[in-house]
Amino acid sequence: MANLSVNVAGVDFKNPVIPASGVFGYGREYEKLFPLSKLGGIATKGTTITERMGNPSPRIAECPSGMINSVGLQNPGIDAFINRELPNLLTKDTVIISNIAGSTIDECVSIAEMLDDTDVHMIELNISCPNVKKGGAAFGVHCESAEAITKAVRKATKKPLIVKLSPNVTDITEIARAVESAGANSVSLINTLLGMRIDINTGRPILKNNVGGMSGPAVFPIAVRMVWQVANAVSIPVIGIGGIDSGKAAIEMMMAGAKAVQVGAAIFTDPYAPVRIIDEMNDWLEEKGISDINEIIGSVNPW
Amino acid sequence: MEYTKSLYPIVKKEVLGKNIISMNILCPDIADAAEPGQFLHILPDGMTLRRPISICDINKENGNLRIVFEVKHEGTERIAAKNVGENLDVLGPLGHGFTLMPNAENVILIGGGIGNPPMLTLAKYYGNKATVISGFRSAECVILQDEFNRSGAKSVLCTDNGTAGRKALVTEPLKELIANENVDAIYACGPTPMLKFISAIANNAYIFCEVSLEERMGCGIGACLVCACKLKKEGKDVMGHVCKDGPVFSSKEVQW
Repeated sequence: MANLSVNVAGVDFKNPVIPASGVFGYGREYEKLFPLSKLGGIATKGTTITERMGNPSPRIAECPSGMINSVGLQNPGIDAFINRELPNLLTKDTVIISNIAGSTIDECVSIAEMLDDTDVHMIELNISCPNVKKGGAAFGVHCESAEAITKAVRKATKKPLIVKLSPNVTDITEIARAVESAGANSVSLINTLLGMRIDINTGRPILKNNVGGMSGPAVFPIAVRMVWQVANAVSIPVIGIGGIDSGKAAIEMMMAGAKAVQVGAAIFTDPYAPVRIIDEMNDWLEEKGISDINEIIGSVNPW
Repeated sequence: MEYTKSLYPIVKKEVLGKNIISMNILCPDIADAAEPGQFLHILPDGMTLRRPISICDINKENGNLRIVFEVKHEGTERIAAKNVGENLDVLGPLGHGFTLMPNAENVILIGGGIGNPPMLTLAKYYGNKATVISGFRSAECVILQDEFNRSGAKSVLCTDNGTAGRKALVTEPLKELIANENVDAIYACGPTPMLKFISAIANNAYIFCEVSLEERMGCGIGACLVCACKLKKEGKDVMGHVCKDGPVFSSKEVQW
């Protein structure tokens, strides 16, 4: 058994695999398939201050090697998360990362303040949701707004703060540097790429929201490239997200510079994907005679 | 076990009509837990998203589940391309099924087109206490009539163009039955406009009614919140999810 444990922003993970925010709810449905304690961590569904109904259906469509979604941040609100979901999650012997997705700086600050009084292990600030009209990606596509919201949330909490970045930008390293300078302890990337599908028989977009966030194996090379660029641009740890569906893909993402990885769309294809990926990573390391996963982080040897 | 995911072999495959495929899957653990109205989430080879397909028949003794589905796009095409002896990647049984009423004396089961298959489990449960009203576009689309007859249920066949059975919408025989008989429950699956009309008829007549809905899905187990549908619960508008709260809903709670 290779050592799979990693440390991200001072938080110990038993392994680097984390179901990404949105696909995993609060773990209750997946706990019926495997114990949550097998996971490195869980990034919970993006939370707003009050309940959100989300976008009308259809909210999902298949793409070549992936999918697009437009759930629109449906969630029960921060009170329900803290009272109904978090206490249960904190008993699961895994790192709990609470994703917050307010539409204004004030909303994100209020949520962060409320989470600061809980035992949640980390906060992930979503400045990159492509599926909501206000907030979301609007913060994440300009350095000034990314820096401002990170700074404000940083002041509101002592919890380790991850900022989740949008790939729908000209230069993701500039945004990463901006949030690093504003006090982020880590960055996670990439959120989904803005996409669209049209039903050619009806001439209508498949998603009722017209456009949505694209994810899955199709975006993996983009994610690897951006993680590599950002890991070389900042000194805070990077969490790699985007199209990881196997242990080998997770290893590749970590070679690019990710200290941990999040798994999203792959969970729809295979609900056991996170635990399978952990096993496959271990198998690969053992096969190569590498005793510690930390040896491969950022180990790519570029031309 | 509530649900599980594994590879299960196809033990029987039939083409029932134009683009309509029937498959029996040997999956004893899923069959054992399955209830009428639930569905299977099946992964087409090489695709990212699973396809929800309703359960048509449950045989717990021989560990078989039967699915009958329409080939619509690439996903269902790839599932349909599988043959006897090959495996399907199945997550199931999923969803909240039909409410079974052991004391009911007279129930009406209504299937519209590819909404007919889930009615077979109910026809077998209720036997001669059920009347099945099946509607199809035309004679060449008609499926499952022999099975409905063998279940002991009375059967009313309708087509839009009159090429088989009555030339009528399913709501016509439904209204006639309600006018002449004491009906304990109505169950329906089919196109949304059909379900909407049936719900209105049942609600106006104060008859217990459940409808099975369809929506594009992600996880299939209630985590990702993709398959949203608007419901009214205790006077409040809420977003329900077809995969976990449904696919079967009370006709009184769906907001069309």
